[in-house]
Amino acid sequence: MSQINGSQSSANLKKAGAFLYSASIADMEAIARKLRRHIISMIGGAASGHPGGSLSAVEIITALYFRILRQKPDDPCWPNRDRFILSKGHAAPLLYAALAERGYFPVDELLTLRQLDSRLQGHTDRTSTPGVEMSGGSLGQGLSFAIGISLAGRLNAEDYNVYVLMGDGECNEGQVWEAAMAAAHFKIDNLTAIIDNNGLQLDGWNCDIMNLEPFKEKWRAFGWHVLEVDGHDLTQLVDAMEQAKRIKGQPKVIIAHTVKGRGVSFMENNPDFHGKPPDAAQIEIALKELA
Amino acid sequence: MPQEVSIREAYGQTLVELGRENPDIIVLDADLSKSTMTYLFGREFPDRFFDCGITEQNMISMAGGLAASGKTPFVSTFAVFAPGRCFDQIRMSIAQPRLNVKLVTTHGGVTVGEDGTSHHAIEDLALAGSYPGFTIIVPADAIETNRAVRAAAASNGPFYIRLCRPKVPLVFDEGYHFTLGKATTMREGRDATIIAMGLMVGEALQATANLKKAGIRCRVLNMATLKPIDEQAIIQAAAETGAIVTAEEHLEHGGLGSEVALKTAKHYPVPLETVAIKDTYAKSGKPGELLVRYGLSAGDIEQAVKSVIKKKTRG
Repeated sequence: MSQINGSQSSANLKKAGAFLYSASIADMEAIARKLRRHIISMIGGAASGHPGGSLSAVEIITALYFRILRQKPDDPCWPNRDRFILSKGHAAPLLYAALAERGYFPVDELLTLRQLDSRLQGHTDRTSTPGVEMSGGSLGQGLSFAIGISLAGRLNAEDYNVYVLMGDGECNEGQVWEAAMAAAHFKIDNLTAIIDNNGLQLDGWNCDIMNLEPFKEKWRAFGWHVLEVDGHDLTQLVDAMEQAKRIKGQPKVIIAHTVKGRGVSFMENNPDFHGKPPDAAQIEIALKELA
Repeated sequence: MPQEVSIREAYGQTLVELGRENPDIIVLDADLSKSTMTYLFGREFPDRFFDCGITEQNMISMAGGLAASGKTPFVSTFAVFAPGRCFDQIRMSIAQPRLNVKLVTTHGGVTVGEDGTSHHAIEDLALAGSYPGFTIIVPADAIETNRAVRAAAASNGPFYIRLCRPKVPLVFDEGYHFTLGKATTMREGRDATIIAMGLMVGEALQATANLKKAGIRCRVLNMATLKPIDEQAIIQAAAETGAIVTAEEHLEHGGLGSEVALKTAKHYPVPLETVAIKDTYAKSGKPGELLVRYGLSAGDIEQAVKSVIKKKTRG
């Protein structure tokens, strides 16, 4: 299957893009299926967690970790790494699964999710898990945190890119729009926000709970370059992420249209599985569907 | 009367000193830079100064991101707006990950004066004190402000430094050596100890001078570091003077009085009086008028000393 483009030798360190993991689209589709199985096993095993919003963002995370991000899993604090900020911290199981498959820690460790003394906390914890950049779980802070990282990169004349994944429901938070204003004001162009636009939040459909529309127009009005994709189409995602890298002078947002609970029939578009784990029978069905 | 100097200006000037010494010092403000005096830094280092506009919550999380990337951000606004308005952003973007952010607020306490309740920060120390791992400093004058800000820049981890709005008399001279977490003995005495911080140190010294005329000799401790508090100095004061009065420009709950009461109750119980705001919001008025109205003047400290000494002799 995939190959790591660039070994850990110091010669490769200097080459831009030396630490990319360049999986093909077909490889990434297989990886995405594997990540979904991990999510079900982890949340099922922990008997708590948020399957819906993890499953909807699987392709987004797959494209980032297996194609886009320049990282060194054996050196998680490598100064020139691309940064990924999971602002919707409840999708922690998805991030953990990707980090493990990318080599940050053993895949076996995934099943310790949410257990006492595990490095895999219920929501992302910067102090616990290798590869986790921000302590998440309280929505709305990631974009601002990412602006800080982007500014530091600019001040240090480093060429890393910063990516933030937010939920659409998360965009109810006022701080998101404070940050949207600030990123455009400071002309931050090493930053790409990605929105997992699955249309659902805990209590129901976005349009019924707190309407976000007109959504892309809001981002444009705030000074962002907006790209829109099918968030389950890896080709579209990779293309948009590559395109975002080339756009200079303003921040970029990729609105990725997704389905909450994607890949598991009884979880798709079902807000009940925002924060509810599958039971034993449901785990079995889900894993069969994802085989 | 000693010279009165602006501690806010001392803060701005110290930032400029630090900026010259360390290229990783970054300053953020939320549209108050002319009041917090961070504009002094911005004028000299425009590339390292970010006016975030009136987006306090965004500013706090931005500071977290800068610190996570190896920078040392100083973040300023009024003490009513942070931690108050950004409690959760400070909690998750700074405190929990123990990031190296220095939150320095001005306009602490009721001596903000005429602007009234919305601008009187009287709960900020209780809020900041509730974050595990935060260091909290309330400097007494301009010289201590300089030393405290420098100490914060030199140590790793989150800090909350609270400054007041009015100019205050100098209580230290240029030779003053500040040690994080250590109380400074300002006056020696055996009848009672006054433990004060911020501009209340000046009030405590005035009270002590008046009490001396009445034959009462007080020890005065400047407890500039509220957290981690100098437990040893408190226990020693309890043991050697047998009575304690605390003095702070903050609510009685969650500030210096509460902290000293906790330490003495656990380690060396002695009679205690607290000079602090008693479960109320303050109104508009001149700073001096407000100190008197809300029981924070030198005269109130004198009364508290007299009454705590009575409790002591009763025992």
